[in-house]
Amino acid sequence: MKKIEAIIRKSKFEDVKEALYNEGIDWFSYWDITGLGKSTEEQIVRGQVFQSNYIHRRMLSIVVRDVNLEKTVNAILDSAWTGETGDGKIFIYDIEDTFRIRNRESGPDALFNKE
Amino acid sequence: MKKNILSIIALLALSVSALSAQTATPVAPTVNAGDTAWMIVATAFVLLMSIPGLALFYGGLVRRKNVLNVFMQVFVLVAVISIEWVVIGYSTSFGTNSIEALKPYIGGFHWAFLNNIGISDLSPYFISHSQIGLDGAAVGTIPHIIFIMFQCMFAVITPALIIGAFAERINFKGFLIFSVLWSLFIYNPVAHWVWAADGWLFKLGALDFAGGTVVHINAGVAAIVTAVMLGKRRDYKGHAIPAHNITYVVIGAGLLWVGWFGFNAGSGLAADGLAANALMVTHIAAAAAALTWALLDWIIDKRPTVVGISTGAVGGLVAITPAAGFVGVPGALAIGVLVSLVCFCMVAYVKPKLGYDDSLDAFGVHGVGGILGALLTGVLASPLIQSAYSGAIYGNFHQLWIQFLAVGVTIVFSGIGTFILFKLVDKFVGLRASDKHEAIGLDETQHGETAYNNFD
Repeated sequence: MKKIEAIIRKSKFEDVKEALYNEGIDWFSYWDITGLGKSTEEQIVRGQVFQSNYIHRRMLSIVVRDVNLEKTVNAILDSAWTGETGDGKIFIYDIEDTFRIRNRESGPDALFNKE
Repeated sequence: MKKNILSIIALLALSVSALSAQTATPVAPTVNAGDTAWMIVATAFVLLMSIPGLALFYGGLVRRKNVLNVFMQVFVLVAVISIEWVVIGYSTSFGTNSIEALKPYIGGFHWAFLNNIGISDLSPYFISHSQIGLDGAAVGTIPHIIFIMFQCMFAVITPALIIGAFAERINFKGFLIFSVLWSLFIYNPVAHWVWAADGWLFKLGALDFAGGTVVHINAGVAAIVTAVMLGKRRDYKGHAIPAHNITYVVIGAGLLWVGWFGFNAGSGLAADGLAANALMVTHIAAAAAALTWALLDWIIDKRPTVVGISTGAVGGLVAITPAAGFVGVPGALAIGVLVSLVCFCMVAYVKPKLGYDDSLDAFGVHGVGGILGALLTGVLASPLIQSAYSGAIYGNFHQLWIQFLAVGVTIVFSGIGTFILFKLVDKFVGLRASDKHEAIGLDETQHGETAYNNFD
């Protein structure tokens, strides 16, 4: 099992969500994050335009079976892409084990997507 | 002691009437300081209903990605409709038309840009306090311009109420153009019919103390028409989408309640017993409706909800609006209880059955509550409040018929008019936000801002 953590543009979230659904990945968690980085974002406050380096992004966290890893990563790579600096990053972790609390199932069987 | 005072008052009243009978030379009419002071405060109260009252009430009910869009919609309407009001709105609503045939239906341009109105002019509109002007015509006791500003706040809040129907899925530009056109072509004529001295519903004797027909039915019907025509939100699955900040909803409902004292008790255009009665029945109806909704929640869904009691209070305020100057406390209690029963059924059962997406129940609460209130005014109007007006329970069934007529006409006019304006704006500007904009949220896509940021 692998855990995929992806930092994407907020504006791309809907596209990524659809791409993941199309691949049969229909369960994941996400949250809004603020980060500091090389890229800057244009902010307008009371008519003043300035470059802010507080960057708003959205982070997705998905745990998948090994066989699903490639298609999930590809789906995100394709759908979150704009070509500009700041498209985001994908991190892959190994997952040792998974438990479903309700019935104590463990291992890949405990994941939401059964295939 | 009390008796003494009473007899003194009676004596005074007698001598005043004797005087007015004798006077050959009319006295110059004067501004009544008490009435004027109250009307200035009441005007501010009604503004408080729009911003921040309604903005918070609606803003709390939407998702966090759309809260600024709702605030912005209410805020921009306060600004733009106020301008529209002094430019042409007041004149077409409350002015007289130079074309005889149009007089009952729409005002003319005599008062456009508030032309021909001076700061020392007295209001030509009055309810209980009036005096005879130098030209022999009756005038009120407050300056004309405070009446204009008081009515301005009503013109502002009415299109703002419709926001509840199309929240979370409308494009800002289309919304703005639609709302201005709606004010010009729907609100102003209906205000003229019901409130202007030569309006045809006014002459017919339709009772609408503070705007049940003009404000709430009018906006409520426009709400359902726009909700249906705009289509459902993409995430709407036949049930409400949870509110993102219920504390806002409570603050908003509370400010609406406070502001409504100005709305209803100000509509008598005087600081007198009628205003005090309007304030009392407004309060009691809101309390009864809030309690009824909470009880329904408690009985049917096992727990009384905060959104429920807030919605109930607003429903009660809506329903008492046309009746505030005509019913006493018993009538207010009846109206409060009934409106929550009806609106609860509407929102909880009828809306999901029919499947339309009235995001924040602008029709379910304002439309249905307004219709119920207007009809109940025809039933419960008590001669104890204003001796000239009584309803069906006092044997005056004709009043109920007039109320039906006024409600029906407003529904038809607002419905058809909104339909036409919607079609036009949709064709030339576009009203529905794109799927992607709707998904990302209107705050970011329409205004480039987000409500809840954590910058350090």
